[in-house]
Amino acid sequence: MSQLAVTVIGPDRPGIIADVTGALVGTGVNLEDTTMTLLRGHFAMMIVCAGPIDEVESALEPLQGELVITVRTMGPEHEHAPIGAPYMLSVHGADRPGIVAAVTRMIAAAGGTITDLATRLSGGLYVLTAEVELPASADLEMLDRALEITAEELGVGVTLRPAESDDL
Amino acid sequence: MIASWSPKLLDVEGAVLDVVRAPHPVLATEGALVDPLDPSMIQLAADLVATMRVSPGCVGLAAPQVGVAAQMFSLDVSDHPKTRTCHGVFVLCNAVVVEASRNEKAREGCMSVPDFTGDVKRATRLTVRGVLPGTTDPLTITTDAFEARALQHEIDHCNGKLFLDRVAGAHAVYPRKTYQ
Repeated sequence: MSQLAVTVIGPDRPGIIADVTGALVGTGVNLEDTTMTLLRGHFAMMIVCAGPIDEVESALEPLQGELVITVRTMGPEHEHAPIGAPYMLSVHGADRPGIVAAVTRMIAAAGGTITDLATRLSGGLYVLTAEVELPASADLEMLDRALEITAEELGVGVTLRPAESDDL
Repeated sequence: MIASWSPKLLDVEGAVLDVVRAPHPVLATEGALVDPLDPSMIQLAADLVATMRVSPGCVGLAAPQVGVAAQMFSLDVSDHPKTRTCHGVFVLCNAVVVEASRNEKAREGCMSVPDFTGDVKRATRLTVRGVLPGTTDPLTITTDAFEARALQHEIDHCNGKLFLDRVAGAHAVYPRKTYQ
């Protein structure tokens, strides 16, 4: 059985998740990882699930129109081994084009990878928060300096700090 | 000393000032150390208390929030349900954290970031050193629970930091909900 990626986007209303997953139940699909949020009031959900694509597509067909739903077959699961210690990245400042691109470029240039990211805009304030993994070989001091210079050019504030986790 | 302190001792009338909002650059500026005997700083202390008083739900206000990059803030968590130890209303200059332990995560808001809240881990046992305006002797405040959180939030402001710089995860910033 192939792994499928289902995306659902549309105007928010109560019951969308119940409708979408309710339609999927009958196809025998197994929901695996799911994320859902509101992006400027739009409902946005991604599901990775295992099941038969034809049945999934036809089960979701009645919801098309109100919602934009795509179903795609995915390649084999790609296990991502942690490349290093986790960090939290925060960026905030006056909104302008290019903030995400410039800051994430610095992380990538240091060999880091982003494992989770969210951005929010409200009024003139733009906020980016991301979880980042950095390889042990990354030069933290150099990355901090690069982020500082980038932040200065963009007129925003950037903070990169180790993500705490308390094992119990 | 702090128990007997009151804004009346400042002996000046506080003015209600406008509260600035992010992304105003003053909120990202490290505050200058202040002279707690300087009349303009005593006036600022009275203004912070007055502005805090008229702002609904406000338990603390730092100088950068009224546009002044200085190490000063007012605090009063007396009426907050999460308060345990409480030092009443006070203003502190040049405050630094001396000791912090027992971190706990909780959701914070800020008058300068009115559209968002965020989950922030902060110490719930805290010792802070600073000076009351109009005095010169440093004093030490040891507190816990909500007063500890509020103190750390205000000291962050004095160092040009917002709660947004400390949120606990990529999805730990939330649009503030207003019910209709």
